[in-house]
Amino acid sequence: METLTLYKDEITWHVACQVDDIPENGGACALINGRQVAIFNFARRGEWYATDNECPHRQQMALGRGMIGSQGDEPKVACPFHKRTFSLETGKCLNDDTYQINTYPVKVDAGLVYVGV
Amino acid sequence: MNTNTNKHVVVIGNGMVGYKFCEKLVAKQKNGGRFTLTVFGEEPRVAYDRVHLSAYFAGKTAEDLTLAPADWYAGNGIKLYLTDPVVDIDRERKEVRSHHGVVVPYDYLIMATGSGAFVPSVAGVEKDGVFVYRTIEDLELIQSYACTARKGAVLGGGLLGLEAAKALLDLGLDEAHVVEFAPRLMPRQIDDAGSGILQRQLESLGLTIHLSKSTQEITGDDCITGMQFADGSLLDVDMLVISAGIRPRDELAKSAGLDIHPRGGIIVDNYLQTSDPSIFAIGECAVAHHMIYGLVAPGYEMAEVVASQLIGETKEFKPFDMSTKLKLIGTDVASFGDPFASEPTCRTIVYENKAKGVYKRINVSADGKALLGGILVGDAEQYNMLLQTCKNKTILPPDPEDIILGSRGGEEAGAGVMSLPDDVLICSCEAITKAMLCHEIGENGNDTVDKLKKATKACTGCGGCTPMVKDLIQGVMKEKGVYIRNIICEHFDYTRQELLDLVKMNRLTTYGTVLDQFGHGDGCEVCKPAVASILAGLWNENILKKDLAPIQDSNDRFLANIQKGGTYSVVPRIPGGEITPEKLIVLGQVGQKYGLYTKITGGQRIDLFGAHVGDLPKIWEELINAGFESGHAYGKSLRTVKSCVGSTWCRYGVQDSVSFAIELEERYKGLRSPHKLKSGVSGCTRECAEAQSKDFGIIATEKGWNVYVCGNGGTKPQHAQLLASDVDKETCIRLLDRFLMFYVKTADPLARTATWLNKMEGGMTYLKAVVIDDVLGIGDDLEREMQLIVDTFKCEWKEVVESPELRKRFTHFVNAPEVKDPTIAFEPMRDQVRAKEWA
Repeated sequence: METLTLYKDEITWHVACQVDDIPENGGACALINGRQVAIFNFARRGEWYATDNECPHRQQMALGRGMIGSQGDEPKVACPFHKRTFSLETGKCLNDDTYQINTYPVKVDAGLVYVGV
Repeated sequence: MNTNTNKHVVVIGNGMVGYKFCEKLVAKQKNGGRFTLTVFGEEPRVAYDRVHLSAYFAGKTAEDLTLAPADWYAGNGIKLYLTDPVVDIDRERKEVRSHHGVVVPYDYLIMATGSGAFVPSVAGVEKDGVFVYRTIEDLELIQSYACTARKGAVLGGGLLGLEAAKALLDLGLDEAHVVEFAPRLMPRQIDDAGSGILQRQLESLGLTIHLSKSTQEITGDDCITGMQFADGSLLDVDMLVISAGIRPRDELAKSAGLDIHPRGGIIVDNYLQTSDPSIFAIGECAVAHHMIYGLVAPGYEMAEVVASQLIGETKEFKPFDMSTKLKLIGTDVASFGDPFASEPTCRTIVYENKAKGVYKRINVSADGKALLGGILVGDAEQYNMLLQTCKNKTILPPDPEDIILGSRGGEEAGAGVMSLPDDVLICSCEAITKAMLCHEIGENGNDTVDKLKKATKACTGCGGCTPMVKDLIQGVMKEKGVYIRNIICEHFDYTRQELLDLVKMNRLTTYGTVLDQFGHGDGCEVCKPAVASILAGLWNENILKKDLAPIQDSNDRFLANIQKGGTYSVVPRIPGGEITPEKLIVLGQVGQKYGLYTKITGGQRIDLFGAHVGDLPKIWEELINAGFESGHAYGKSLRTVKSCVGSTWCRYGVQDSVSFAIELEERYKGLRSPHKLKSGVSGCTRECAEAQSKDFGIIATEKGWNVYVCGNGGTKPQHAQLLASDVDKETCIRLLDRFLMFYVKTADPLARTATWLNKMEGGMTYLKAVVIDDVLGIGDDLEREMQLIVDTFKCEWKEVVESPELRKRFTHFVNAPEVKDPTIAFEPMRDQVRAKEWA
């Protein structure tokens, strides 16, 4: 598996996948340094997001398969298991205060998607 | 009619109809015509609501009953003379002269003189303590006399008489009697049996009813002390209110030389013109179509007809439907169409429940197809539906009694969630009862699903209760008088049905375009699958097409059911539950090869659990090569048509249920709908396929097939109801096409057919009217739309298996397609595996 450090920022960027690997307005999961990261191409907003792939509710590796959307202005993803929804910006669970996930920065360059872990 | 110049219109009479005429003409003047209106009224007050006169005794004031205040007339340029009846009409000079000597010329004269009480010629009617019941002045007299009276009677058991009797009750008399000449109450509206029920209701409220009583004399010296009847009996009373009918006020018209009916009333033609073309008559003083219309609704229609003509429109007064529904002292009484039609010209169906005080009668044409009329006492809730059925000559269901009784054997109307007991568990995951939710909604203002999720955790487990929770929110809010439209979510202010129509009309095929045109925001996990279902139901494209895939719900997204741990289950279609040994062997081999747990489902097929997402295309490739197709177990779509073995093997079977089940499953497979659809076909009445618990179920009879719809097991089991009996296969399929497509197009998201029916106004009667009688005229469209779905069916899995582009999506890690999710783990159980328990 390819893991390259391309930029010398404080963030270490990893090549996650090609742009085409993530469906427009949908998501998928990539394996980065042994970590499962969900990546979303929110084409409607012209944004990319990355979060943990694991939904903390039942510890299922599924968020990458979840539907994305918005609640008010907040971009969110819904877990396919029991529809817990999480902010793609902050990782906060929007319908159950007890849960929180990690979010990660994403960059797109020359057809490749990079995630900062 | 020339409407260019200013015309003088004089209205004689300021009653309800006279006022209505003014109101209509004022409104119409804005569209053309200029009029100077003058109104003469005999009474000292402006027009008031005479229909609800008895409310005066129940605490309403004269002002409450006023239709429009005096300054309304002035504000609209109407000159109003009260306590000043017109005493002379000079038709030569076209002017009227009032009691006080006011002379007003007219171009058009409107007679709205109404009627007075009919006082029969009984000896003693002139005595003190005898009243009529017509005006507020009459009521004031009755009221003051009642202070010293103990026993009162009303002469006349018709509509007005019973109103008057209520007035006596409200005045607090010790005894209140109703005396009627006919052998029953309300003889013009209801029959003997209906009258019997009504009588019992009225008696329970303290009224004493005397029927078939001919009053011979009112006894007493100056004041009434009693009533002497022809049969020799006596009734002691201190006061009497006469309400024995009305007499049209035609004396002015008569002296003006207008044509008068021999039995009273001003004769008018279809345009309500009297024998003088400049003079119209409206309301209870007019005889139109050989009768006096003694109700306010036809009077208002007359006002409309004349006002329309004055501004130059052509309008006729047509014979008016005299159907009525009213509440008499708390009891519903209604009659419609021809209430008295009787056998042999028609079939009469009667329902009588003395304990509940309910009587219903319908008169059905001899061929059983049309509703001719009927009577409702004690419960007139179905009045509007019946009246429409009668007026529109809607074809009746095969069992016409259903329209007054509802379907028996099934649950009663109002089987919705609000009818459940308080302690029923709505959310079984979090053990939340209906009462808890109602409290949160009603008392704590948690009136959205999201708020309830936070407050109670309902809907946060399996989510299966969400539709019921939504219904509860609506139900509680409705009880509080707030009506909520069942809009899809924050992104679409439409119901599913509205959005479907918009999507169809605008031929939209992607979620993005639907959101751009009719929504806002970026969508969510609620509207995306709802729109996906709409698009699939309309265009039937592969749901994993580029734009469609990300809006599919969890299972549709991977054409498989996501299971605990993140693996998927695989369910190939086994139509009707019939499978060859060869295919069974293939299923076994596939299960073995991919390490799958196998189980027979409730729908007579085989479920293979524990497949890694990356293995799904390979598994399906093998299944498709062996002749299997997708079973759509993952979709809100047709699951299975279960069957019993039927007449090919069973010694009881009367039809080949397996063949028909296969035919139906092949026809409707792939149909996407608001929720899953299950079906069954039984080969005889023993019903081994449990068809009556299905969304649509068919049971063989000696003559054909009985079709049942809208049943389900699930959270709230409900029996299916009979849609049609003894139909042939072709008819059955035609009805099912219509039924299913109607459901697909009109149900809320995630509403099963039973829920959909429970919420449907008119229930099964209405559904039958749409599906069988095609009252909406959409039968052909529904069939055509269904045929499109049938014709464009493709196995979704076959398309995925054959498309490298689509196959690519079936990986857990996009950057490591061969690596399986390392967190997936199984535990052994009874020689197979099971998913690891939730952590």
